[in-house]
Amino acid sequence: MAAVYKFKPYNVGRWVIWSLFALVLLLAPLVFTSNLSTTMLAQMGIAVIACLSYNILLGQGGMLSFGHAVYTGLGSYMAMHALNAISGGTLNIPVSLLPIVGGLTGMGFAVLLGWVTTRKSGTTFAMITLGVAELVFAMSLMFSEFFGGEAGVSGNRVAGQPFFGITYGPQVQVYYLIAAYTFVCVALMYAFTQTPLGRILNAVRDNPERVEFIGYNTQRVRYTAFIIAGFFAGIAGGLAALNFEIVTAEVVGAGRSGAYLLFTFLGGATFFFGPIIGAILMIIAFVLLSELTKAWLLYLGLVFLFMVMYAPGGIASLIMMNLRVAKYGKLRQIWTSYLGLGLTAIVMLVGAGAMIEMVYHLQLNTGRHRQVHGGHPEHQRAGQLVWFGLCHAHGFGLV
Amino acid sequence: MKPFALELKDVRKNFGKTEIIRGVSLAVETGERVAVIGPNGAGKSTLFNLISGRFGPTSGDILLNGQRIQNKTPYEINRMGLARSFQITNIFPKLSVFENLRCAVLWSMGYQYTFLKFLSGLKDANERTDQLLEMIRLDKKRDVLAMNLTYAEQRALEIGVTIAGGADVILLDEPTAGMSKSETSRFIHLIKEVTVGKTLLTVEHDMGVVFGLADKIAVVVYGEVIAFDTPEAVRANASVQEAYLGAPVADSQAGGH
Repeated sequence: MAAVYKFKPYNVGRWVIWSLFALVLLLAPLVFTSNLSTTMLAQMGIAVIACLSYNILLGQGGMLSFGHAVYTGLGSYMAMHALNAISGGTLNIPVSLLPIVGGLTGMGFAVLLGWVTTRKSGTTFAMITLGVAELVFAMSLMFSEFFGGEAGVSGNRVAGQPFFGITYGPQVQVYYLIAAYTFVCVALMYAFTQTPLGRILNAVRDNPERVEFIGYNTQRVRYTAFIIAGFFAGIAGGLAALNFEIVTAEVVGAGRSGAYLLFTFLGGATFFFGPIIGAILMIIAFVLLSELTKAWLLYLGLVFLFMVMYAPGGIASLIMMNLRVAKYGKLRQIWTSYLGLGLTAIVMLVGAGAMIEMVYHLQLNTGRHRQVHGGHPEHQRAGQLVWFGLCHAHGFGLV
Repeated sequence: MKPFALELKDVRKNFGKTEIIRGVSLAVETGERVAVIGPNGAGKSTLFNLISGRFGPTSGDILLNGQRIQNKTPYEINRMGLARSFQITNIFPKLSVFENLRCAVLWSMGYQYTFLKFLSGLKDANERTDQLLEMIRLDKKRDVLAMNLTYAEQRALEIGVTIAGGADVILLDEPTAGMSKSETSRFIHLIKEVTVGKTLLTVEHDMGVVFGLADKIAVVVYGEVIAFDTPEAVRANASVQEAYLGAPVADSQAGGH
């Protein structure tokens, strides 16, 4: 029986999923050809690695880190300095290997800083990571030789010998480098979840006390996992350095760390593929949503709030739940309710969105033109209308 | 002379100024089954916590197969061949039954902290896990998450995780706590079966179980062992009857089994 069970994962399903993943990475820039989409795809690849590496801590090890950007960011800096050394002729490695430099940097700092942070678990761990993150950010302002001060460090990725005509000048070449790293890193991180250490890490997440009584040092398990997460985070950082050709202090900042946490959670920390969804959403939010509206952070906060309260497993768990429902053929019975729910949700979202936009508009205008309370009559009227609509939406939702 | 499987020499434990364990000496021979009994708050669980390394004793020596273990961490003691279960079920709720047991098997199979091997390729560990699943009668629940098991099944898994590493000395802290009469007798049968040839210490409240399972009984009252002998001798011991059992109760419970 065991043999049959173990045969299954090697079966067609796994090959199909990984081939599809490779195909998506390969074909995406051919489908979305605009400049903007190529940039976004490249950023998505980087974010996928970063969020998955963060999830080794959060989802698999139960370690709530508030300072993951330290490892991606320092990876970025070191990769950028290495790039400049290549340009200056003092270092002789191919540009394609720079992300590895980033990875080793992330790993090195994880060895150093993780030794302190992983001594504790739970709330204490979270606090220490926060402290370490603040520390590194403060350092970034102090040591401007390394961190480049406010302007950051920039470089030119067209350096060294071209490799089979690949110069990394065009964005699409960088995309394919990122795609290759993304595929390999995702595969490696998935493989990690299938190893003894990966499984014991889950056990440490569930019940660290018991793990001590089955022969494992929980501290060492956490530490090793932290180092591995640091390595992959550094690779993401190195890729980001190549992609943007500039590294500023914000890459080690608390905002970046918070984004990894937020979007890993949104995507779903309980499933391996959850953070991939989260990473894609992160780039969409950062690039598109922020263009669309000034209130994007507010929306993000609201979405996060609702997810934490009503779907703590993130989007991945919602997908898996519905897949299970579909598997038993029950989706047919509930799709009308889903439709109703979707419609009311849309009405409510539009209502809430319109209101938020208007309030923002009003506030900003007030600031700009020094208007007194009340604003234009149209605004007021429109506001009333929206309140009306919103109340209706609420009524629908309740029914 | 062969050392005792487990030996306690004048072990004491204070929490602040309160003395919980007040000089316990105990010597358990290899292969013996010992029931530790005593009223609530007597220090039975604390004693188990001291032996398994959860707390360090304030003074005294604890020896496992002749080696001192009193200042070692739980995982070091576990690697030396001592495993324990918990009074309140202490398993990995979000892992399947199979994964729970496999985690407990890994160290003893020498896989340690490796991340360069796939779990599915560890033939010996997987076989041992399947074997354990059958031993604790949970082979039909193989892929169920531990948190979705019934209480009795969780207790069985608790025992499974405890014995999985193949430790020679097993401490079971109230394995039948909260079980019905019929479940208890089935469970005791299971415990006997899976601990054949091992040294067993168990905290137990059910006198019927105690007299049916144990080769020897240790009576703990107020942090001291007031008797450590065969069940018959303990039952006849006047100070035990006075301090803990209360003669009529003991007789009726033991007789009723």
